[in-house]
Amino acid sequence: MNVMFRGKLWSFGFRSTVMLYFVILIVLPILGIYSQSLSLGWHPLWESISDPLAWKAVLLTVKLAVIATVINVLIGTLISWVLIRYRFPGRHLLNSLVDLPFALPTAVTGLMILLLLGPGSLVGGFAAKLGFEIVFHEPAIVIAMVFVTFPFVIRAVQPLLEELDKSEEEAAYTMGATRARTFFSIIFPSMLPGILSGGMLAFSRGLAEFGAVVLVAGNIPGKTLIASVYIFGEIESDNPQGAAAVSVLLLTLSFLILWTVNLIQSRRPGQ
Amino acid sequence: MTIRRLWITAVYLIFTILLIIPLIEIVRGSWADGWGGFTQALMRPQSLHALGMTGIIVIVVTLINTMFGVMLALYLVRAQWIGPRIKRLLNSLVDLPFAVSPVIGGLMIVLLLGPSTVIGALFEDAGFKVVYALPGMILATLFVTFPIMVREVLPVLQEIGAQQEEAASTLGAYSWYTFWKVTWPSIRWGVIYGVVLTVARSLGEFGAVLVVSGNIMNKTQTATTLVYQDVENFNVVAANGVALVLAVFSVGLLLLMEWAKKRKEVH
Repeated sequence: MNVMFRGKLWSFGFRSTVMLYFVILIVLPILGIYSQSLSLGWHPLWESISDPLAWKAVLLTVKLAVIATVINVLIGTLISWVLIRYRFPGRHLLNSLVDLPFALPTAVTGLMILLLLGPGSLVGGFAAKLGFEIVFHEPAIVIAMVFVTFPFVIRAVQPLLEELDKSEEEAAYTMGATRARTFFSIIFPSMLPGILSGGMLAFSRGLAEFGAVVLVAGNIPGKTLIASVYIFGEIESDNPQGAAAVSVLLLTLSFLILWTVNLIQSRRPGQ
Repeated sequence: MTIRRLWITAVYLIFTILLIIPLIEIVRGSWADGWGGFTQALMRPQSLHALGMTGIIVIVVTLINTMFGVMLALYLVRAQWIGPRIKRLLNSLVDLPFAVSPVIGGLMIVLLLGPSTVIGALFEDAGFKVVYALPGMILATLFVTFPIMVREVLPVLQEIGAQQEEAASTLGAYSWYTFWKVTWPSIRWGVIYGVVLTVARSLGEFGAVLVVSGNIMNKTQTATTLVYQDVENFNVVAANGVALVLAVFSVGLLLLMEWAKKRKEVH
């Protein structure tokens, strides 16, 4: 009896500790930021968001993240197709390299882009001669976002391609469908859920990216200042309420995306 | 088969431009002043201190998150004392940190525990500094890396089902015993993969730590925030040295990730 009672007490203690940890670490801070943004009422919240520098930063972030996502969807679909369907030397090596952006610290990524494309570098100098600026302008931000979100689409599409039943494809061929038609009516639809959820994850990560971008963006307000760097600036200049307001805007957007991804994934048949 | 060749070449090109050349550039950059420049960059007191801080954070965060992550995954799959609806809600809450920009994660901690808040002032009176000190940096990294372990272990638990565990516990095995003998062998490789991912993420965490730490040299500076400061001070060679150390660790972790992933698929 005594042993059982002690066991129960232990498990009750464990349960409460784990749940408390979860609530305090994850839920409380998020509630905190929403309440902080409203701490002075609706009016200052609206004022902080409608500051032209603030909404320009958010708009710029969305625009560049969309561009980066489109690039990633295109090259990600291609890469996952080639890595799954073709056998060629170096395939395993490339497949392992896909995760590199996840493993590499984002500050290192930023520095890498700076070194490769910066004003003193070969590519940067060449582009400057053509009257084309990369670093400290929008292209550098897009490149940083593409690099950081590179694995998402690939890792979402690959398992779907592996699962794909080859007999459907072969049936289409034998019935005289062209290569392109087979691709668009058999293969592409089964890749689509992966492309969508991977693309949305990449988009939300692109929206949130800070480390890689802050080093290469130049951070000129209204021009190359993205939302996360704007928030950082507001914190540095001791305006937590303004920082919280823009954070809430960005957070709500990301939560909506996350929720959509969950919806897409739960709709997938067989899951 | 020319189209095949074209696609493979395209993939090689993308990988070379996007991943391989940048990696080479970091190595080349840190050797710009030769071996001397590299060691000098690394032997600066602030470099050693920053790498030490990063080491402490990685170890503490990985330990705490592994423990709580595995427990929470167990509860979210197995616990009968949580209703299915609450379980689903908690399950979706786990992913929240993935959707939060690291800077915002840091801001949350400053807002809740900063020196001007109620809780922060309470801690300060007790002589315990949270924000702009190590505890805050650990908290920020814990927040950012929280979902990783849960997301690795939870699907494995769902897949293996509760039958074996139930059998063991009806046969009278004590719950710890059941865990080690029945559950642990099947989730082991998932946990190891989660540990590698957590180490990688906490090693590279930058935004959240930058906001919470205040980036004070020789005090609250980590390796990544040192790289940032060196670049801001136009000391690119020094930044490269520290970045190279981080990159070497990342590539090592990448290899570990591959190895753990293969073992995970086998088991």
